Amino acid sequence: MSQAAESTGGPAISARGRTRSFGKQVAVDHVDLDIPKAQIYGFLGPNGSGKSTTIRMLCGLLRPSSGECVVLGHSVPRDAERLRQKIGYMTQRFSLWEDLTVEENLDFMARIFGLSREQRIARMSQRLSEYRLEELRSQRAGTLSGGQKQRLALAAATLHEPQLLLLDEPTSAVDPQSRRDFWESLFELVARGTTILVSTHYMDEAERCHGLAILDRGRLVGEGSPRQLMDSIEATVIEIEVADIRGARKALDNQPFVRSVAQLGTRLHALLDRSLSDPEVRVKALLKEKGIEGTVERVRASLEDVFVAATGFTSDRGADKGSAPTPALPRDAGEGARH
Amino acid sequence: MLFRIRAIATKEVRQLRRDRLTFGMIVGIPLIQMLLFGYAINFDVRGLSAGVVDEAHTSTSRALIADVVATGVLKITHHARSVGELQSLMRGGEISVGLYIPADFERRRIERDRPVAQLLVDGSEPTIEGIARGFAAMPLPGRDGIYQAATSIFEVRTEYNPEKRTAVQVVPALIGVILSMTMMMITPVAIVRERERGNLELLITTPASSFELMAGKLLPYVFIGLIQTTLVLVLGVLLFDVPINGSLVALYVAALLFIAATLALGLLASTIAQTQMQAFQMAFFVLLPSILLSGFVFPFEGMPPVARAIAQALPLTHFIELVRGIVLRGSTLAELRLPAFKLLAFLGVVFALVTLRFHKRLD
Repeated sequence: MSQAAESTGGPAISARGRTRSFGKQVAVDHVDLDIPKAQIYGFLGPNGSGKSTTIRMLCGLLRPSSGECVVLGHSVPRDAERLRQKIGYMTQRFSLWEDLTVEENLDFMARIFGLSREQRIARMSQRLSEYRLEELRSQRAGTLSGGQKQRLALAAATLHEPQLLLLDEPTSAVDPQSRRDFWESLFELVARGTTILVSTHYMDEAERCHGLAILDRGRLVGEGSPRQLMDSIEATVIEIEVADIRGARKALDNQPFVRSVAQLGTRLHALLDRSLSDPEVRVKALLKEKGIEGTVERVRASLEDVFVAATGFTSDRGADKGSAPTPALPRDAGEGARH
Repeated sequence: MLFRIRAIATKEVRQLRRDRLTFGMIVGIPLIQMLLFGYAINFDVRGLSAGVVDEAHTSTSRALIADVVATGVLKITHHARSVGELQSLMRGGEISVGLYIPADFERRRIERDRPVAQLLVDGSEPTIEGIARGFAAMPLPGRDGIYQAATSIFEVRTEYNPEKRTAVQVVPALIGVILSMTMMMITPVAIVRERERGNLELLITTPASSFELMAGKLLPYVFIGLIQTTLVLVLGVLLFDVPINGSLVALYVAALLFIAATLALGLLASTIAQTQMQAFQMAFFVLLPSILLSGFVFPFEGMPPVARAIAQALPLTHFIELVRGIVLRGSTLAELRLPAFKLLAFLGVVFALVTLRFHKRLD
């Protein structure tokens, strides 16, 4: 492992053609990734899209069926053991020991990573205060709340100051305030040079990432910064405000150029084919035919729109053709463990 | 490397201390089994109530009765005047055994052509009959020449356990049974539980190697096994006067070998089982034949060839041979090299399988 190669500006992770199948199911299908250092990079995708499987392959927990990958200068899975000391991994499920106290859990992780006595004492007290765990230090981990558990897990994963943090849906069991705090902590870590790879299905979280990969059924269907993704969306977004929402929706539903319609309170949010010219006029005319009056305006695409455009279309079309079922992962390797 | 093994072992002990039930079982299993097997299961009944008819009334006949009482197998509860009276006492269930010394006792003793006395046995109870018959064949110690060739042609002499106490046979073997239970049940469950709870996924992303993981997890159980061994031995000596004729060092070496073999087996089970329940069932799958076929309860020699072949594949069979040899016969490990070698071979094979099966990966 050459220290020089790591400290240069090369990507933290670069993967080419990573594929992993479980039996006939392809969980991750030829995913290419280049993840720069000292950034938060997000995996956005619905359940079963291959987020966990990709993360597990990146840290050597699963062997890829094909493809190659270099993480922090180490080829994975061949060099996975050497990589361990440099990465921190936070599993989807709380995986510290519930029958040990907060302090005992941290102590164990510090020892496993081979921290010296002085380092152990210093880092533990630092993490306990940074993640507001001081008062909980002799409490059993099993009795902590979701947010506290997650702070503990993050503290444990960062004890050995890893260069790369892999977080698999870290905020799925956490309240909004804890999520905000958690993301603040992540930005602190990034400021200190850590690269963070996080998987999520929350849009607000995805929006906070520097870079984003949208995964759908094992394939990479979109990549870029949230802004880039929103700007380059393959759809026109309009919002409709009418009295007869249900009627308007009915009118839109069967139109070939309408890709998706969602109701937001008293408004309708619709994604239309980008090729459609004068979308506001067309929609207004369409509604008028049905005797519905209201305002129609073009709005900026949100990340959710990007997500729907990237995943929703393909899944609709896929369903029409009756192909490609959502891959179900084996119990011990997939997201099923949590559900 | 050692610091990681220590870290894992420390964690394991901490968890064990919190798990009151498991912790209790580690001490409770030996204790309860000890009392159960030591007191309740008694293959030779002692203190059978007996009636005596002594028509000879000589000093030798009284000595014979005294000797019979001294064995502790019979307890004289009735003195009768005739054989008929003995029979009616037996019909009434008041005695299980009757001792009849005829008037010509002295002449029979000198002529040596007929048995000197008669033992009436209640045949309705199979165990009592067998035991009483065995008793009839046992020489009465201390009076050489008095009854020689009087009762039977073959003289039976029970070596190493002259009083034929079951506890003496059972207690050493019980060490093996208890160790099997701990190593086969608690250990795999402890490993599979980590898989079930997701701890394993975290553990394998740490720098700890497979070997460190396993060693750290198993080490506490080796100590627990040694504690259990000691507990059974101490209880055996205190409660049942089990003589420890062989060397303690040899005994602990044998125990360590057996602990290693069963731990390896437990580990193998844990690499196959996905849930704690499965681990438990697998443990039972091995435990039951172990207890039945290893010679712990039924004599190994009396088994059909198939059962014997199965027994040869069970580590408990060899350990029981070792431990009975060391504790009761005072044998050395050199004398017991055959079972020791078989146990070692078992350990080797199972360990090789474990190494093949355990990966530090999820797939």
